[in-house]
Amino acid sequence: MFDFLDLEQYDLFGAFWTTVQLTVYSAIGSLIWGTILAGMRVSPVPIMRAFGTAYVHIFRNTPLTLIIVFCSLGLGQTLQFTMFSDEIDTTGFRLAVLGFIAYTSTFVCEALRSGINTVPVGQAEAARAIGLGFGQVLRIVVLPQAFRAVVAPLANVLIALTKNTTVAAAIGVTEAAFLMRTMIENEANLIPIALLFALGFIILTLPTGLFLGWLAKRVAVKR
Amino acid sequence: MTNLSVLYDAPGPRAKRRNALYAVLFVAVLGAFFWWVVRAMNDKNQLDAEKWDVFVTDSRIWTTFLWPGLQDTLIAAGLSLVIALPLGVVFGIGRLSDHWWIRRPCDVIVEFFRAVPVLLMMIFANQAYALWSDVDRDVRPLYAVVTGLVLYNASVLAEIVRAGVLTLPRGQGEAARAIGLRKGQTMVHVLLPQAVTAMLPAIVSQLVVIVKDTTLGGAMLGYSELLSNARLVSTNYANTIAAYTVAAILFIALNFLLTSLASWLENRLRRGKRGTGVVVKNDPTDPADSTSMASAIPTPQVSEPQLAAPAGVAAPGKPGTDPTP
Repeated sequence: MFDFLDLEQYDLFGAFWTTVQLTVYSAIGSLIWGTILAGMRVSPVPIMRAFGTAYVHIFRNTPLTLIIVFCSLGLGQTLQFTMFSDEIDTTGFRLAVLGFIAYTSTFVCEALRSGINTVPVGQAEAARAIGLGFGQVLRIVVLPQAFRAVVAPLANVLIALTKNTTVAAAIGVTEAAFLMRTMIENEANLIPIALLFALGFIILTLPTGLFLGWLAKRVAVKR
Repeated sequence: MTNLSVLYDAPGPRAKRRNALYAVLFVAVLGAFFWWVVRAMNDKNQLDAEKWDVFVTDSRIWTTFLWPGLQDTLIAAGLSLVIALPLGVVFGIGRLSDHWWIRRPCDVIVEFFRAVPVLLMMIFANQAYALWSDVDRDVRPLYAVVTGLVLYNASVLAEIVRAGVLTLPRGQGEAARAIGLRKGQTMVHVLLPQAVTAMLPAIVSQLVVIVKDTTLGGAMLGYSELLSNARLVSTNYANTIAAYTVAAILFIALNFLLTSLASWLENRLRRGKRGTGVVVKNDPTDPADSTSMASAIPTPQVSEPQLAAPAGVAAPGKPGTDPTP
């Protein structure tokens, strides 16, 4: 039944490794950029707030596929942004990561902002009363508590990101969905192949979800 | 009074100067970035007038490509929602069943389809129709896109339905049982009508996700929706950047309309005198989104963050805070 699984011909583990790499790099990038965006959206400078709001609305309402395809065709091929790489595969991979970061960071930003909402008003007021400025209030008092409150939503974002990395197949990054399409076209065993890839994603997402769910309960601020 | 957050004091003269300085610096950085982008585009001749004004001068671009593409996007999204909704209701109620032999299979099916990327389902469906059905080649991508979206969104909607029924006040079910309705009757005549009302905003937000996910079919299966038609525009008129920008604007406008409809519905339901005032919100932060709402976490995570913060995330800073510091 599993004779279609010719690992010499199909680099199954390599494909899933690419998926994991896409996920990890994009997750780190969107966590950083999303935090900056959230900071902008609550900042005292109106133009930063306006930029943050506009960015989130624009990128959240654009289909991820469009962003990724645009990164490849628009940035990569037309404008020749090679992302500091000579190899075409590396360029595609990095452009995909760039697209995932641009898109996913909006969800990180919104999750964090709702996390900021869960921090009691008194915390920020007390911080201001002892003379902390906006940056200090955010960095020392509010954000640490906000992060602890949003572990569960961020876990959902991470799992969504893991599944979203399949979109990179649209620009030819050889990750899991790309390999699945190739295998399905060449081999006759449609259902075993589909189940195999579905299982791969369940293996990737289930432990992440369980671990971060446990972590969310553990670090949550007891109020 | 301007909208002051509790995160910072009302700016005094020095803070005002400092904020103005930050604003200028920020604009400078932003401006430098845009200048760099514009220069890069100009170098590759992407700002030439003929690449952009075809969208105004050449009506064929709209009649042959963009408008039919938008229609196909809406057809696929609409079909998916219409088919996924009843399925979602069935599975959502199934998960609430008292019988384990109904509940468990529903649990497994819903969790499975939420954990698998929607693109894999589309690719699978496309090949399955090719092998085992006589669906015509021309419409096969539509079938595959709709199938993939239905499988995924039915399981997401099942969670929304379940959350909707669970958020209703317990008295509703108890009262129905007290006047002698059976379990099925309680569900159909009492709980479900109220739950559906409460879920309307969440369902409309889910439509945004569906619209965005139709583009997967365009990129991977050759379904002729807006994105793949934008690609045709870009090859015909050699204006990659312009074509995708216009497509993005159309998508953003469409999704913005849907999002506005969702929040209008939500406000209306929350303020309404009739009904329970309970709203299941498809919170954007809890990524009800794309290929998302992943959560292989087998707990009703979906509903919690939204219900916990009914004040929403609309205002910067914290809800219900005194605007004067």
